[in-house]
Formats: sequence, C-alpha cells, structure tokens
Amino acid sequence: MSRPVLDVRDLKKIYGEGEATVHALAGVTLTVERGDYVAIMGSSGSGKSTLMNILGALDVPSTGTYLLDGVDVSKLADRQLALARNRLIGFIFQAFNLIPRTSAVANVELPLAYAGVKPRERRRRALEALDVVGLADRARHEPNQLSGGQQQRVAVARALVTEPALLLADEPTGNLDTRSTEDVLTVFDQLNAAGRTIVLITHEPEVGDRTKRLIRLVDGRIVHDVRQTPVLAGRHAQ
Amino acid sequence: MTFYEVVRFALRGLSANKLRTALTMLGILIGVASVILLVAVGNGSAKAVSDRIEALGTNTITVMSTGRGGSSSTALTKDMADALADPVLAPDVKSVSPVVSSSATVTYEGSDHDVNSFTGTTPAWFTASNTPVGEGAAFTADDEAQARRVVVIGQTVAEELFPGVDPIDKQVTVGGALFTVIGVLEEKSSTGIQDSNDTAVAPLSAVRQVLTGYGSLNSILVEAASSDKVDAVQSEVSTILNQKLSVSDNATSTPYRIQNASQLLETQSETADTFTTLLGAVAAISLLVGGIGITNIMLVTVTERTREIGIRKALGAPRRTILTQFLIEATLLSVIGGALGVAAALIGSHFTIVGVKPVIVPSSVGLALGVSIAIGLFFGGLPASRAARLRPIDALRYE
Repeated sequence: MSRPVLDVRDLKKIYGEGEATVHALAGVTLTVERGDYVAIMGSSGSGKSTLMNILGALDVPSTGTYLLDGVDVSKLADRQLALARNRLIGFIFQAFNLIPRTSAVANVELPLAYAGVKPRERRRRALEALDVVGLADRARHEPNQLSGGQQQRVAVARALVTEPALLLADEPTGNLDTRSTEDVLTVFDQLNAAGRTIVLITHEPEVGDRTKRLIRLVDGRIVHDVRQTPVLAGRHAQ
Repeated sequence: MTFYEVVRFALRGLSANKLRTALTMLGILIGVASVILLVAVGNGSAKAVSDRIEALGTNTITVMSTGRGGSSSTALTKDMADALADPVLAPDVKSVSPVVSSSATVTYEGSDHDVNSFTGTTPAWFTASNTPVGEGAAFTADDEAQARRVVVIGQTVAEELFPGVDPIDKQVTVGGALFTVIGVLEEKSSTGIQDSNDTAVAPLSAVRQVLTGYGSLNSILVEAASSDKVDAVQSEVSTILNQKLSVSDNATSTPYRIQNASQLLETQSETADTFTTLLGAVAAISLLVGGIGITNIMLVTVTERTREIGIRKALGAPRRTILTQFLIEATLLSVIGGALGVAAALIGSHFTIVGVKPVIVPSSVGLALGVSIAIGLFFGGLPASRAARLRPIDALRYE
C-alpha cells in the first residue's frame, strides 16, 4: 500500500495567551489516501480554515505532526518549505488571489517559474492547464477582465500546473454564483477522475455532497467522518 | 530560478503598475535634480563673482585721488606716476600706467556714439588691467611718446559705429580730432550696470591734448611683479606718494586712496564661500525631503504588495527570490529615477537661472545619486524583507 498523501496526528493550534486562549484546533488526526476527494465542513469558527492553512503549509501548528507525502513539514526550513508548497501542494483560495494586472497565463506560469522550469516549457504547460479548466481562449486576459468563476478556474489551473500530490481548496466556491460554482466543481470532478487528490472546505451541503468523503469539524475537533457516494450533478450524471 | 528571470519578474512588476512606477521615479528625479541644480546655481554665482573680479586684474593696485576739484596739492600727476616706476624705491612694481578718462562722442561717417569712458593711458595698461586686444594691435610706447592719434575701441563701440564693417584703419572723430582705429578689445564680462565693453583706449598724450587737458590724472594703475607681491607694492607706493604729497607719517588720512584687487577678491571669495555653504545647507535639506519622499513611496509600494508577496510565497517562492525581485525593483526605480534626475539637472544647467549660469559640481551629482539610491534600496528592501519573512498566511491576511 502506498503511503498516504496526508497524515496528520493530534494537530493543535492555539491562539492568544492566558484567559484569551482560543483552541482553534483541539487535536485533529486525519489521513487522506491518494486519489481521495474530501470535503471538510463546519460552521464558521469551527477551525476548518485554520486546518486548511496548516495543511497548505501556509501556517504552522502549535503542536502535533504533519506528514505531507511522507515528509514531516514541521521540520522543514524556509527554503524546503517553499519547495514543498511549490511541488507538493496546489492551493486554491476563496478570494482567488491572482496577481493583479498580470495575464491569466502569466499567473498560471508563476509556480512553474519558481520551480525553475524553462520559459518555453512553462508556457506550454500553463496553456495546457488553462485548457483543462476550459479557459485556453482567455489566456491573455488580466484578472479584472475575467468573471469570478473564470478567475477561480485560472486559480485552479495555477494550482494544478505543477502536478502536485495534493490540491487544497479553501471555500473555492464561497465567492461564486451557482453557475460558476458548477463550472469549478465540474473541473474538480474531472481532476479527481483523473486521479488527483483533492481536499476542500466548504459550508455548502451541495458542494460537500459531490465528494467521496465528508468530514465535519466542530470546535476544532472531527466529529463526523464518512465515506459517501458522490452525487454527480445535473448534466454530468452518467 | 535564474537571476535573469528574477530581473524579468521585477520588470514585469514595474510595468504592471505604470503610474505608480512613474510617480516613484518622478519623486526620486525631483529630489536628485533639485539638489544638483541648487548646488550648481550656488557654485555658478560664486564663480561669476570671482570671474568678474579676476577680470579686473588681480595683481594690480589702483591709486585714486580723494581730493576734490583737482586742487594741485592733492591731485595725482604724471610726475607722480613716473616716480612710482622706480626700481630702487619700488622694486616689486612691474609697470605703472597713468590713466585719464572722460566720456566722449565718437563719430564715424555721420553716425555717432557716446563712449562711456574714453581712456588715455600707456601701453602697459592693457596687460596690467587684463584687457587684451582682440583684433588689430594695441598702441606702442612710441605712439604714446609722439601723441599719435590712434585708438583701440571696445566691442560695444565697434558694434555701434561699424555694423558689418571692419573698423581697423577707419578714421573716427573724437572731440574735433581725427583718430585712427588700430584695434578692437576682446569682449569683457561686465562688472555691474556699466557696460565695460563701451570703452575706447588711446595714448595718454593724445587724449590729454584733445580731450582732458594737462590737469590731474584720474588714477594710476600699478602692476605688481606677481600676485603675492601686491601688498609689498602697496606699501612701496604709499611710501613714495606720502613723500611726494608730503603727508606726515602719522597722518590719519591721505589725499589718495589705494584699491587692492586681490583684497577685493579675497573678500568676495569669502562671500562666495558663505553663499555656497548656505546653498549646500539648502541642498542638504532638499536631499532630506527628497529622501523622505522616496522612503514614503517605497514603504507604501511594498506594504501595499504584502498580499502579493503572500500569494507568491504560497505558490512556493523562496524568501530569497522574493527579496531579490523587490530589491531589483527598488534598484531600478532609484537608479533610473536618479539617472533621469541627473539628466534633468544637466539639461537645466544649460539655462540661466535667476540670472546665474549654473556650474555643476561633480561631487554633488555623486552625493545626490548615492543618497537617493541608498535610501531607495534601504526603504524598498527593508519592508520587502519583512514581508518575505512573514508566514504566507499572515502576509495574505495583511490589510
């Protein structure tokens, strides 16, 4: 059996000191296998965003271990951490976080540039990734010329262009209307079908229903962890 | 990621926000250009002052009478001038030029011109007073001895009377007598309101015959052997004159006045130094203000992009790459802005500013450029390195 992509043990994150102490995460243990499609749900303040940021190596836990593709992230120095973010993780933000005034294709190329890929190869792979999300014809557009759904799909292309072991999405549809949500989720379905591991957080049940595994977080603890048959929506149902 | 690519990233970063880039550069440009120009104006005016004094001749003294109405006991005479050219009593005197002058009307073929100072003197005057002849020649000692009616005219006179005509060997009428123009003086910088090119110089004997008569001299120009002998000459001259005019040794005032050009120069250059110091202070303040401007815009620019730094870190940019990109951006901004500032200052220095022709001081260019680049790098680099050290999530949440 291959090693899990994500292996988190007794993760805790504590903010503040003394009486103002907040346990954002109160001991989370979680394993995600390769090819899985996981939704983490919970009300606001349940610690799901904190968990996501730690999983994306954007933040560090107070205690606990986090193995990403077998590598202990907490023991990495800045340079190796940058490498891990670049090679192992594709992160999709709720607020898209594209670099402003920079074309879609240049945004998608960015992780490849930091990975040291040659410009010609970079352009080719970036256009491929844009093609996957169905935006090959918008490559030259700047973020402010794209709709929210299109921006998020550019962000998805940027996350998957380095072919990371893990795609993390922090409320990817939180800022999108129903149609754009559908577009983005379709891309996720296709990516997962192609074998990508995806972990996303959401508070929308219909988004959670589309995944293979549903985790509920309450007050920094996992209270519910079930496998489910993904509901394939509308026109994509076979 | 190669250095070349980081440079391309920096260029893209700059071109992505053209207005901000242009404004930052403008701030640096103004800071650098104003410092260089201010110092250049100060330096230029100091130079102008010393040039004017040097034009008077620095190793000469001028003896003038303080008496009124040419009373015979106090007037300067040709006899006194001759007495000053004494190799025994006044060994440091190189030449003595008695000077008479008056205003006169010069006429040539029906057109006339009022010459401000029609001077009669000896040939030594040309070198002593630092008034070289441009075209033609000066008159000789022989001309002076024979009282030949020859004249050397200033540029203004030549332009007024002989527009488009070579004035040499033409005959002009002065005070009813005919003078032959034998030379034109080189153009001289004016010392004040008076046009120092509006002049004519003729042999002393001829001028006395025709214009002034054989009364007293207006002044005596005494040239020292070298500029460090000027003070010695001054005391020698006063000794001889005291004897001639029978002034007692303890008299409080003399009937003559000695003007020492090198003293004048010293005083003036001290004034000019003070002026330069003052402008230097103004320049330092404007450098400081310009520097604060650069600091401000750099801090704002980088702080505004903290979020962008967070995104780049989340995508796997190492700290060093981010820092390099922002440092290159800051360097390009300050170097290009500074270079444009130097260019603006160099162009500006070709124009006369408030009546002064600026003269660039090379060290001010280096200083202004160096300080603004250092400030740009420091205040561009510091916040960038702070942001690059942040955890990505903190940089992303930065508002």
